[in-house]
Amino acid sequence: MSIATVLGEGGPQAATPRRTRARGHLPLLLPGLVYLTLFFVVPVGALLATSLYVPVPGGDVGQYQPALHWQNYTDALAKFWPQLVRSFGFALMATIAALLIGYPMAYVIGVRARGRRLLQGLMLVLVVAPFFTSFILRTIAWKQILADDSFVVSALHWLHLLPPGGRLTATPFAVVCGLTYNFLPFMVLPIYASLERLDARMLEAGADLYASPFTTFRTVTLPLSMPGVVGGTLLTFIPASGDYVNSSLLGNNTNTSMIGQVIDARFFKVLDYPTAAALSVVLMVAILLLVGAYVRRSGTEELL
Amino acid sequence: MSTTVEPTRPATVRRATTPRTGGSRRRRWRLGEALVPVFAGLAFLYLLVPVAYTVAFSFNDAGKSNLVWRGFTLDAWRNPCGAPQVCEAFANSLRVGVASTVIATALGTLLAVALVRFRFRGRPLVNLLIFLPMSTPEVVLGAALLAQFLSLRVQLGLTTVVIAHVMFCISFVVVTVKARVASLDPALEEAAADLYATPWHAFWRVTFPLLLPGIAAAALLAFSLSFDDFIITNFNSGSFTTFPKFVYVSAARGIPPQANVISSFMFVLALVLVVVFQVVSSVRAGRRQRG
Repeated sequence: MSIATVLGEGGPQAATPRRTRARGHLPLLLPGLVYLTLFFVVPVGALLATSLYVPVPGGDVGQYQPALHWQNYTDALAKFWPQLVRSFGFALMATIAALLIGYPMAYVIGVRARGRRLLQGLMLVLVVAPFFTSFILRTIAWKQILADDSFVVSALHWLHLLPPGGRLTATPFAVVCGLTYNFLPFMVLPIYASLERLDARMLEAGADLYASPFTTFRTVTLPLSMPGVVGGTLLTFIPASGDYVNSSLLGNNTNTSMIGQVIDARFFKVLDYPTAAALSVVLMVAILLLVGAYVRRSGTEELL
Repeated sequence: MSTTVEPTRPATVRRATTPRTGGSRRRRWRLGEALVPVFAGLAFLYLLVPVAYTVAFSFNDAGKSNLVWRGFTLDAWRNPCGAPQVCEAFANSLRVGVASTVIATALGTLLAVALVRFRFRGRPLVNLLIFLPMSTPEVVLGAALLAQFLSLRVQLGLTTVVIAHVMFCISFVVVTVKARVASLDPALEEAAADLYATPWHAFWRVTFPLLLPGIAAAALLAFSLSFDDFIITNFNSGSFTTFPKFVYVSAARGIPPQANVISSFMFVLALVLVVVFQVVSSVRAGRRQRG
């Protein structure tokens, strides 16, 4: 149930030719396609158009007219490249952290808890449980957990792991921690889905061939769970790079601002629509390029 | 597609293989194997501590802001609508959630059936169109729709929020329902046709009931995505306030504990529903295995 299944042509079952009623698919397809065209394709077009607008000469703030002002892009990038780079950096760190935390969770649920359906089910419930409380309230809970007088910070001071006067709140660490936390279930679920399908006899075969558990893991389990890993990293990285809730609630406004914050502020505070639109287009294109390269490199053909 | 084997208990596997593995190495790996669940336990803790905080602070005797613990009280639970606007925002979120879920589930299910059951030209293009909204960050989706609404001078409010939510929920519905359609045997529909059912009847009497679990899962997913969405909503709502937007906006001056009450209530409700569903389905599966 990850991205992997979206573009995949389905299983072998779906590949078999099917008796098709002529044009029977059109009434099924049309409503959805018209909707996505009107409210996804056309808006992206509107975004592209807006990114090239120029201010109306002598007009009020927030008034723009159609133009082909490509300089909007170079201006926006020259001004906001640090936030753009930082967004990808934070998203990458959060993705790696979520993978390191999420893989063992998925492994325990999908492999260790095999045959104990109730335990497996309950652990899955715990993974999705955070979804049922407002994610903004949970992010604010992180603010409390990492606050200067909190238990965590006092403990770190006591252990001298944090220099005197050092703090966790309003730091890049807090933002990455919040991003990791918020998207962790998106990492766990796809990995669980591919580990769950893993044939237990493969692991036995590894042991029968004198492989240590670690070698079995490295040469059998991990490669077979790669589709889940790729799906999970994408589902974490993409939303994390555009997020601005974590950076605005857990960060400071100097060295933690992410691109989403800039886009939001340009739209609503400065009414600078062309710059906001240009940055959105850059973000979208950059992510599509990164995702394309990543999927091709990781060799999971079923993705694209 | 999936290779289901008899669930093997890892314990038995390990016991069977121990005599063959080297002694000292094995002991080290026993330790390693024991560490994995410990590590996973810590990860679960990481996942759940903020939830515990959210629930705990619904019982806080909050002053101006609800960030510091000041004492236990049931005030907020006795009067969940006590804070201005909180219940209004919650009701708005429910309305948006229900409307977007119904529309997105209907459109997405039709798309999923068409994609699995029919081969047609342009299928890769349709797949791409469904994949793209999922691989676009929410800021971009929100900004794009806002750019369109601004250029058409559309008044922002409930309608624009529902339009936006349906748009990003459709893809998730398609993915979820597609998996279910792919696992259905098309012979069932053919049998219905052989028994002189019209395509319409065959769909409603045979296909639809079999798809229902997938559709229900998709609808639940759509509702939870819509209910908890902030970024796209923030772009397309104008002065219309949903629950996440209310929480975010009031974060600056202090979130009332009533918000925690509503959030905790939804959490407990969803948890009870999911646990009941899990227990029922695992009991059923157990019975099926035995029978």
